[in-house]
Amino acid sequence: MAGEKGVKLLGIWYSPFGHRARIALEEKGVDYEYIEEDLSSKSELLLKSNPIQKKVPVLLHNGKPICESLIIVQYIDEVWPGKKPILPSDPYDRAQALFWSDYVDKKIYESGMKLLRAVGEGQEEAKEFTENLKNLEAELGERKFFGGEVFGFVDIAMVPFTNWFYSCEAICGLKVDEAVPKLAAWANRCRERESVAKTLPDPKKVLESVVDFRKKMGIQ
Amino acid sequence: MAGEKGVKLLDFWASPFGQRVRIALAEKGVEYDYHEEELAAKSELLLKSNPVYKKIPVLIHDGRPVCESLIIIQYIDEVWPGKNTFVPSDPYSRAQARFWADYIEKKVYVTGSKLWKLKGEEQEECKKELVEIIKTLERELGSKKYFGGESFGLVDITLVPFASWFYVYEAFGGISVEREAPKLAAWAKGCKERESVAKTLPDPEKVYEHVISLRKRYGVE
Repeated sequence: MAGEKGVKLLGIWYSPFGHRARIALEEKGVDYEYIEEDLSSKSELLLKSNPIQKKVPVLLHNGKPICESLIIVQYIDEVWPGKKPILPSDPYDRAQALFWSDYVDKKIYESGMKLLRAVGEGQEEAKEFTENLKNLEAELGERKFFGGEVFGFVDIAMVPFTNWFYSCEAICGLKVDEAVPKLAAWANRCRERESVAKTLPDPKKVLESVVDFRKKMGIQ
Repeated sequence: MAGEKGVKLLDFWASPFGQRVRIALAEKGVEYDYHEEELAAKSELLLKSNPVYKKIPVLIHDGRPVCESLIIIQYIDEVWPGKNTFVPSDPYSRAQARFWADYIEKKVYVTGSKLWKLKGEEQEECKKELVEIIKTLERELGSKKYFGGESFGLVDITLVPFASWFYVYEAFGGISVEREAPKLAAWAKGCKERESVAKTLPDPEKVYEHVISLRKRYGVE
Protein backbone atom coordinates (compact mmCIF):
# COMPACT_ATOMS: atom_id res chain seq x y z
CA MET A 1 0.00 0.00 0.00
CA ALA A 2 2.57 2.58 1.08
CA GLY A 3 4.94 3.58 -1.68
CA GLU A 4 2.22 3.23 -4.34
CA LYS A 5 1.83 6.38 -6.38
CA GLY A 6 -1.44 7.94 -7.41
CA VAL A 7 -4.97 8.44 -6.14
CA LYS A 8 -7.56 5.75 -5.45
CA LEU A 9 -11.07 6.23 -4.12
CA LEU A 10 -12.98 3.42 -2.45
CA GLY A 11 -16.70 4.04 -2.64
CA ILE A 12 -20.12 2.64 -3.24
CA TRP A 13 -22.31 3.78 -6.13
CA TYR A 14 -25.23 5.06 -4.05
CA SER A 15 -23.28 6.66 -1.18
CA PRO A 16 -23.65 10.46 -1.09
CA PHE A 17 -20.52 10.60 1.07
CA GLY A 18 -18.45 8.97 -1.66
CA HIS A 19 -20.02 11.31 -4.22
CA ARG A 20 -18.63 14.28 -2.30
CA ALA A 21 -15.08 12.99 -2.69
CA ARG A 22 -15.56 12.21 -6.39
CA ILE A 23 -17.05 15.60 -7.16
CA ALA A 24 -14.12 17.30 -5.39
CA LEU A 25 -11.57 15.25 -7.36
CA GLU A 26 -13.39 16.00 -10.63
CA GLU A 27 -13.56 19.72 -9.84
CA LYS A 28 -9.81 19.76 -9.30
CA GLY A 29 -9.13 17.69 -12.43
CA VAL A 30 -7.24 15.06 -10.40
CA ASP A 31 -6.70 11.67 -12.05
CA TYR A 32 -7.93 8.86 -9.85
CA GLU A 33 -8.91 5.22 -9.86
CA TYR A 34 -12.40 4.52 -8.56
CA ILE A 35 -12.92 1.20 -6.80
CA GLU A 36 -16.49 0.03 -6.16
CA GLU A 37 -16.80 -1.72 -2.82
CA ASP A 38 -19.24 -4.45 -1.91
CA LEU A 39 -20.36 -3.66 1.63
CA SER A 40 -21.55 -7.22 2.23
CA SER A 41 -18.04 -8.40 1.47
CA LYS A 42 -15.56 -5.63 2.24
CA SER A 43 -12.23 -5.73 0.45
CA GLU A 44 -8.95 -6.27 2.27
CA LEU A 45 -7.87 -2.88 1.05
CA LEU A 46 -10.88 -1.21 2.70
CA LEU A 47 -10.44 -3.06 5.98
CA LYS A 48 -6.74 -2.20 6.03
CA SER A 49 -7.28 1.44 5.03
CA ASN A 50 -10.10 2.18 7.44
CA PRO A 51 -9.72 -0.32 10.29
CA ILE A 52 -11.54 1.93 12.75
CA GLN A 53 -14.84 2.55 10.94
CA LYS A 54 -14.56 0.02 8.06
CA LYS A 55 -16.58 2.46 5.95
CA VAL A 56 -16.44 4.13 2.58
CA PRO A 57 -15.39 6.53 1.20
CA VAL A 58 -11.65 6.17 1.67
CA LEU A 59 -9.20 8.22 -0.37
CA LEU A 60 -5.80 6.62 -0.87
CA HIS A 61 -3.13 9.11 -1.87
CA ASN A 62 0.24 7.55 -2.65
CA GLY A 63 -0.92 4.58 -0.60
CA LYS A 64 -1.88 6.61 2.49
CA PRO A 65 -5.55 6.50 3.53
CA ILE A 66 -7.77 9.44 4.40
CA CYS A 67 -11.24 8.75 5.80
CA GLU A 68 -14.49 10.69 6.44
CA SER A 69 -15.92 12.50 3.43
CA LEU A 70 -15.66 16.10 4.64
CA ILE A 71 -12.11 15.50 5.86
CA ILE A 72 -11.32 14.00 2.44
CA VAL A 73 -12.74 17.04 0.64
CA GLN A 74 -10.74 19.40 2.84
CA TYR A 75 -7.60 17.31 2.17
CA ILE A 76 -8.20 17.42 -1.59
CA ASP A 77 -8.58 21.20 -1.38
CA GLU A 78 -5.30 21.54 0.53
CA VAL A 79 -3.22 19.16 -1.58
CA TRP A 80 -4.45 20.50 -4.94
CA PRO A 81 -5.09 24.18 -4.17
CA GLY A 82 -4.54 25.34 -7.74
CA LYS A 83 -7.58 26.72 -9.41
CA LYS A 84 -11.07 26.37 -7.98
CA PRO A 85 -10.48 26.56 -4.22
CA ILE A 86 -13.28 24.71 -2.46
CA LEU A 87 -13.08 26.44 0.92
CA PRO A 88 -12.87 30.24 1.21
CA SER A 89 -9.62 31.76 2.46
CA ASP A 90 -11.16 33.97 5.17
CA PRO A 91 -11.33 32.13 8.54
CA TYR A 92 -14.85 33.36 9.35
CA ASP A 93 -16.23 32.33 5.96
CA ARG A 94 -14.46 28.98 6.34
CA ALA A 95 -16.08 28.47 9.73
CA GLN A 96 -19.51 29.17 8.19
CA ALA A 97 -18.81 26.69 5.36
CA LEU A 98 -17.74 24.04 7.88
CA PHE A 99 -20.83 24.76 10.00
CA TRP A 100 -23.29 24.29 7.14
CA SER A 101 -21.56 21.17 5.83
CA ASP A 102 -21.75 19.76 9.33
CA TYR A 103 -25.47 20.71 9.30
CA VAL A 104 -25.92 18.61 6.15
CA ASP A 105 -24.32 15.66 7.98
CA LYS A 106 -26.27 16.10 11.20
CA LYS A 107 -29.67 17.17 9.89
CA ILE A 108 -30.17 16.53 6.19
CA TYR A 109 -28.64 13.04 6.21
CA GLU A 110 -30.39 11.94 9.41
CA SER A 111 -33.84 13.26 8.52
CA GLY A 112 -33.46 12.11 4.91
CA MET A 113 -32.65 8.59 6.01
CA LYS A 114 -35.63 8.58 8.38
CA LEU A 115 -37.84 9.59 5.46
CA LEU A 116 -36.48 6.90 3.15
CA ARG A 117 -37.16 4.35 5.88
CA ALA A 118 -40.52 5.78 6.87
CA VAL A 119 -43.36 3.41 7.61
CA GLY A 120 -46.79 4.38 6.32
CA GLU A 121 -47.40 7.88 4.93
CA GLY A 122 -44.14 9.30 6.26
CA GLN A 123 -45.75 12.68 6.96
CA GLU A 124 -43.85 13.32 10.20
CA GLU A 125 -40.59 12.45 8.50
CA ALA A 126 -41.44 14.60 5.48
CA LYS A 127 -42.16 17.53 7.79
CA GLU A 128 -38.81 17.22 9.57
CA PHE A 129 -36.88 16.85 6.31
CA THR A 130 -38.64 19.87 4.83
CA GLU A 131 -37.86 21.99 7.92
CA ASN A 132 -34.19 21.14 7.58
CA LEU A 133 -34.20 21.88 3.85
CA LYS A 134 -35.84 25.23 4.58
CA ASN A 135 -32.98 26.17 6.93
CA LEU A 136 -30.51 25.42 4.15
CA GLU A 137 -32.58 27.38 1.68
CA ALA A 138 -32.57 30.37 4.02
CA GLU A 139 -28.78 30.15 4.25
CA LEU A 140 -28.46 30.00 0.44
CA GLY A 141 -30.54 33.14 0.06
CA GLU A 142 -30.21 34.70 -3.38
CA ARG A 143 -26.76 33.31 -4.04
CA LYS A 144 -25.87 31.19 -7.06
CA PHE A 145 -24.08 28.67 -4.85
CA PHE A 146 -23.48 28.35 -1.10
CA GLY A 147 -19.95 29.45 -1.98
CA GLY A 148 -21.32 32.61 -3.62
CA GLU A 149 -20.07 32.67 -7.19
CA VAL A 150 -17.89 29.68 -6.34
CA PHE A 151 -19.16 26.08 -6.28
CA GLY A 152 -17.72 25.34 -2.86
CA PHE A 153 -17.56 23.16 0.20
CA VAL A 154 -21.21 23.31 1.25
CA ASP A 155 -22.36 22.82 -2.35
CA ILE A 156 -20.22 19.68 -2.59
CA ALA A 157 -21.41 18.50 0.85
CA MET A 158 -25.08 18.87 -0.04
CA VAL A 159 -25.48 18.17 -3.76
CA PRO A 160 -25.31 14.35 -3.49
CA PHE A 161 -28.35 14.40 -1.20
CA THR A 162 -30.41 16.11 -3.89
CA ASN A 163 -30.44 12.70 -5.50
CA TRP A 164 -32.81 11.60 -2.74
CA PHE A 165 -35.46 14.16 -3.70
CA TYR A 166 -36.90 11.88 -6.38
CA SER A 167 -37.17 9.01 -3.88
CA CYS A 168 -38.75 11.30 -1.27
CA GLU A 169 -41.54 12.18 -3.68
CA ALA A 170 -42.16 8.51 -4.49
CA ILE A 171 -42.25 7.47 -0.84
CA CYS A 172 -44.32 10.21 0.74
CA GLY A 173 -45.39 12.59 -1.98
CA LEU A 174 -43.00 15.33 -0.89
CA LYS A 175 -42.49 17.71 -3.81
CA VAL A 176 -39.18 19.33 -3.02
CA ASP A 177 -39.34 21.85 -5.85
CA GLU A 178 -42.57 23.20 -4.38
CA ALA A 179 -41.45 23.06 -0.75
CA VAL A 180 -38.06 24.71 -1.28
CA PRO A 181 -38.04 26.20 -4.81
CA LYS A 182 -34.78 28.16 -4.42
CA LEU A 183 -32.95 25.11 -3.13
CA ALA A 184 -34.42 23.01 -5.95
CA ALA A 185 -33.17 25.61 -8.48
CA TRP A 186 -29.73 25.52 -6.84
CA ALA A 187 -29.75 21.72 -7.15
CA ASN A 188 -30.51 21.99 -10.86
CA ARG A 189 -27.69 24.48 -11.36
CA CYS A 190 -25.26 22.15 -9.60
CA ARG A 191 -26.37 19.14 -11.58
CA GLU A 192 -25.37 20.97 -14.79
CA ARG A 193 -21.74 20.96 -13.68
CA GLU A 194 -19.69 18.26 -15.31
CA SER A 195 -18.23 17.04 -12.01
CA VAL A 196 -21.72 16.52 -10.60
CA ALA A 197 -23.34 15.12 -13.77
CA LYS A 198 -20.51 12.59 -14.10
CA THR A 199 -20.71 11.48 -10.50
CA LEU A 200 -24.31 11.31 -9.37
CA PRO A 201 -26.19 8.14 -10.33
CA ASP A 202 -29.58 8.25 -12.00
CA PRO A 203 -32.16 9.15 -9.31
CA LYS A 204 -34.41 6.39 -10.69
CA LYS A 205 -31.71 3.82 -9.93
CA VAL A 206 -31.43 5.25 -6.43
CA LEU A 207 -35.19 4.86 -5.96
CA GLU A 208 -34.97 1.25 -7.13
CA SER A 209 -32.35 0.50 -4.51
CA VAL A 210 -34.38 2.33 -1.83
CA VAL A 211 -37.48 0.29 -2.73
CA ASP A 212 -35.37 -2.89 -2.57
CA PHE A 213 -34.03 -1.90 0.80
CA ARG A 214 -37.51 -1.15 2.14
CA LYS A 215 -38.74 -4.56 0.94
CA LYS A 216 -35.82 -6.28 2.67
CA MET A 217 -36.56 -4.39 5.89
CA GLY A 218 -40.24 -5.26 5.64
CA ILE A 219 -41.30 -1.60 5.45
CA GLN A 220 -44.71 -0.96 3.90
CA MET B 1 -24.05 42.66 17.80
CA ALA B 2 -22.05 43.35 14.61
CA GLY B 3 -19.51 46.12 14.98
CA GLU B 4 -18.75 45.15 18.62
CA LYS B 5 -15.07 44.51 19.13
CA GLY B 6 -13.56 41.69 21.13
CA VAL B 7 -14.17 38.05 21.95
CA LYS B 8 -17.11 36.63 23.90
CA LEU B 9 -17.77 33.02 24.79
CA LEU B 10 -21.27 31.75 25.57
CA ASP B 11 -20.80 28.58 27.55
CA PHE B 12 -21.86 26.32 30.43
CA TRP B 13 -19.38 25.37 33.14
CA ALA B 14 -19.84 21.58 32.87
CA SER B 15 -19.82 21.35 29.09
CA PRO B 16 -16.81 19.45 27.72
CA PHE B 17 -17.49 21.17 24.38
CA GLY B 18 -17.21 24.60 25.97
CA GLN B 19 -14.11 23.53 27.87
CA ARG B 20 -12.40 22.69 24.59
CA VAL B 21 -12.90 26.25 23.45
CA ARG B 22 -11.71 27.73 26.76
CA ILE B 23 -8.57 25.60 26.57
CA ALA B 24 -7.95 26.67 22.96
CA LEU B 25 -8.34 30.37 23.82
CA ALA B 26 -6.05 30.00 26.84
CA GLU B 27 -3.41 28.21 24.77
CA LYS B 28 -3.37 31.17 22.38
CA GLY B 29 -3.45 33.75 25.16
CA VAL B 30 -6.61 35.35 23.77
CA GLU B 31 -8.55 37.58 26.14
CA TYR B 32 -12.27 37.02 26.19
CA ASP B 33 -15.47 37.74 28.01
CA TYR B 34 -17.05 34.60 29.47
CA HIS B 35 -20.86 34.35 29.69
CA GLU B 36 -22.30 31.49 31.71
CA GLU B 37 -25.54 30.35 30.11
CA GLU B 38 -28.40 28.85 32.07
CA LEU B 39 -29.52 26.01 29.85
CA ALA B 40 -33.09 26.04 31.15
CA ALA B 41 -33.37 29.76 30.32
CA LYS B 42 -31.21 30.54 27.32
CA SER B 43 -30.22 34.15 26.77
CA GLU B 44 -31.42 36.20 23.85
CA LEU B 45 -27.83 36.52 22.74
CA LEU B 46 -27.46 32.74 22.56
CA LEU B 47 -30.72 32.27 20.67
CA LYS B 48 -29.72 35.01 18.24
CA SER B 49 -26.14 33.76 17.83
CA ASN B 50 -27.00 30.10 17.31
CA PRO B 51 -30.55 30.03 15.96
CA VAL B 52 -30.02 26.64 14.29
CA TYR B 53 -29.09 24.57 17.36
CA LYS B 54 -29.54 27.04 20.25
CA LYS B 55 -26.56 25.39 21.97
CA ILE B 56 -23.34 26.41 23.61
CA PRO B 57 -20.48 26.94 23.09
CA VAL B 58 -20.72 29.95 20.80
CA LEU B 59 -17.70 32.15 20.16
CA ILE B 60 -18.58 35.70 19.20
CA HIS B 61 -15.66 37.51 17.57
CA ASP B 62 -16.15 41.19 16.75
CA GLY B 63 -19.87 40.54 16.90
CA ARG B 64 -19.87 37.54 14.56
CA PRO B 65 -20.80 34.12 15.96
CA VAL B 66 -18.98 30.85 15.33
CA CYS B 67 -20.68 27.64 16.48
CA GLU B 68 -19.75 23.97 17.02
CA SER B 69 -16.69 23.39 19.21
CA LEU B 70 -14.39 21.74 16.65
CA ILE B 71 -15.18 24.44 14.10
CA ILE B 72 -14.49 27.09 16.77
CA ILE B 73 -11.10 25.48 17.53
CA GLN B 74 -10.15 25.54 13.83
CA TYR B 75 -11.26 29.18 13.66
CA ILE B 76 -9.21 30.16 16.72
CA ASP B 77 -6.18 28.36 15.27
CA GLU B 78 -6.50 30.25 11.98
CA VAL B 79 -7.19 33.70 13.42
CA TRP B 80 -4.48 33.49 16.12
CA PRO B 81 -1.90 31.11 14.65
CA GLY B 82 0.93 32.29 16.90
CA LYS B 83 3.89 30.03 17.45
CA ASN B 84 2.15 26.69 17.84
CA THR B 85 -0.77 25.77 15.65
CA PHE B 86 -3.16 23.08 16.84
CA VAL B 87 -2.86 21.16 13.59
CA PRO B 88 0.29 20.16 11.72
CA SER B 89 1.15 22.01 8.51
CA ASP B 90 1.30 18.85 6.40
CA PRO B 91 -2.13 18.09 4.82
CA TYR B 92 -1.94 14.35 5.48
CA SER B 93 -1.09 14.72 9.19
CA ARG B 94 -3.78 17.37 9.40
CA ALA B 95 -6.34 14.97 7.94
CA GLN B 96 -5.31 12.36 10.51
CA ALA B 97 -5.71 14.85 13.36
CA ARG B 98 -9.15 15.82 12.07
CA PHE B 99 -10.11 12.16 11.74
CA TRP B 100 -9.30 11.50 15.39
CA ALA B 101 -11.02 14.65 16.58
CA ASP B 102 -14.09 13.53 14.61
CA TYR B 103 -13.84 10.03 16.13
CA ILE B 104 -13.76 11.47 19.63
CA GLU B 105 -16.63 13.78 18.76
CA LYS B 106 -18.82 10.96 17.50
CA LYS B 107 -17.99 8.38 20.13
CA VAL B 108 -16.83 9.60 23.52
CA TYR B 109 -19.62 11.92 24.66
CA VAL B 110 -22.50 9.83 23.35
CA THR B 111 -21.23 6.53 24.76
CA GLY B 112 -20.04 8.11 28.00
CA SER B 113 -23.43 9.72 28.64
CA LYS B 114 -25.32 6.54 27.82
CA LEU B 115 -23.34 4.89 30.58
CA TRP B 116 -25.11 6.87 33.31
CA LYS B 117 -28.48 6.90 31.55
CA LEU B 118 -28.88 3.18 30.92
CA LYS B 119 -29.29 0.08 33.07
CA GLY B 120 -29.00 -3.71 32.81
CA GLU B 121 -28.23 -5.32 29.45
CA GLU B 122 -28.10 -1.99 27.59
CA GLN B 123 -25.63 -0.57 30.07
CA GLU B 124 -23.42 -3.67 29.73
CA GLU B 125 -23.30 -3.17 25.96
CA CYS B 126 -22.44 0.46 26.48
CA LYS B 127 -19.65 -0.40 28.94
CA LYS B 128 -18.06 -2.74 26.39
CA GLU B 129 -18.30 -0.01 23.77
CA LEU B 130 -16.69 2.60 26.01
CA VAL B 131 -13.80 0.30 26.90
CA GLU B 132 -13.26 -0.37 23.18
CA ILE B 133 -13.20 3.38 22.48
CA ILE B 134 -10.75 4.06 25.31
CA LYS B 135 -8.44 1.28 24.12
CA THR B 136 -8.61 2.50 20.52
CA LEU B 137 -7.59 5.96 21.64
CA GLU B 138 -4.75 4.57 23.70
CA ARG B 139 -3.48 2.63 20.67
CA GLU B 140 -3.52 5.84 18.64
CA LEU B 141 -1.67 7.73 21.35
CA GLY B 142 1.02 5.05 21.52
CA SER B 143 4.07 6.25 23.36
CA LYS B 144 3.69 9.87 22.30
CA LYS B 145 3.57 12.64 24.85
CA TYR B 146 0.47 14.09 23.22
CA PHE B 147 -1.76 12.94 20.36
CA GLY B 148 -0.09 15.81 18.50
CA GLY B 149 3.38 14.34 19.19
CA GLU B 150 5.48 16.87 21.02
CA SER B 151 2.79 19.54 20.53
CA PHE B 152 -0.45 19.77 22.46
CA GLY B 153 -2.89 19.94 19.57
CA LEU B 154 -6.39 19.52 18.17
CA VAL B 155 -6.92 15.91 19.26
CA ASP B 156 -5.60 16.59 22.77
CA ILE B 157 -7.90 19.60 23.12
CA THR B 158 -10.86 17.62 21.80
CA LEU B 159 -10.40 14.75 24.25
CA VAL B 160 -8.97 16.26 27.43
CA PRO B 161 -12.24 17.67 28.86
CA PHE B 162 -13.45 14.09 29.21
CA ALA B 163 -10.65 13.52 31.72
CA SER B 164 -12.98 15.17 34.25
CA TRP B 165 -15.50 12.44 33.41
CA PHE B 166 -13.23 9.47 34.17
CA TYR B 167 -14.57 9.47 37.73
CA VAL B 168 -18.16 9.35 36.39
CA TYR B 169 -17.28 6.39 34.16
CA GLU B 170 -15.92 4.58 37.22
CA ALA B 171 -18.74 5.52 39.55
CA PHE B 172 -21.59 4.58 37.20
CA GLY B 173 -19.96 1.95 35.01
CA GLY B 174 -17.10 0.51 37.01
CA ILE B 175 -14.73 1.48 34.20
CA SER B 176 -11.31 2.56 35.37
CA VAL B 177 -9.40 4.37 32.64
CA GLU B 178 -6.25 3.89 34.73
CA ARG B 179 -6.74 0.13 34.53
CA GLU B 180 -8.07 -0.17 30.95
CA ALA B 181 -5.74 2.37 29.36
CA PRO B 182 -2.85 3.40 31.63
CA LYS B 183 -1.07 5.37 28.91
CA LEU B 184 -4.23 7.37 28.27
CA ALA B 185 -4.59 8.02 32.01
CA ALA B 186 -0.97 9.20 32.09
CA TRP B 187 -1.61 11.44 29.08
CA ALA B 188 -4.57 13.02 30.91
CA LYS B 189 -2.37 13.71 33.96
CA GLY B 190 0.26 15.26 31.71
CA CYS B 191 -2.31 17.54 30.08
CA LYS B 192 -3.64 18.69 33.45
CA GLU B 193 -0.20 20.13 34.17
CA ARG B 194 -0.73 22.65 31.39
CA GLU B 195 -2.07 25.93 32.69
CA SER B 196 -4.80 26.13 30.05
CA VAL B 197 -6.17 22.73 31.09
CA ALA B 198 -5.69 23.12 34.87
CA LYS B 199 -7.51 26.48 34.76
CA THR B 200 -10.42 25.09 32.72
CA LEU B 201 -11.30 21.57 33.77
CA PRO B 202 -13.76 21.28 36.64
CA ASP B 203 -13.10 19.05 39.60
CA PRO B 204 -14.27 15.48 38.77
CA GLU B 205 -16.34 15.52 42.00
CA LYS B 206 -18.32 18.49 40.71
CA VAL B 207 -18.93 16.72 37.39
CA TYR B 208 -20.14 13.68 39.33
CA GLU B 209 -22.58 15.82 41.31
CA HIS B 210 -23.76 17.42 38.07
CA VAL B 211 -24.44 13.97 36.57
CA ILE B 212 -26.40 12.99 39.69
CA SER B 213 -28.65 16.01 39.21
CA LEU B 214 -29.01 15.19 35.49
CA ARG B 215 -30.03 11.62 36.35
CA LYS B 216 -32.71 12.99 38.65
CA ARG B 217 -33.94 15.29 35.91
CA TYR B 218 -34.03 12.44 33.38
CA GLY B 219 -35.72 10.18 35.92
CA VAL B 220 -32.94 7.58 35.95
CA GLU B 221 -32.76 5.56 39.16
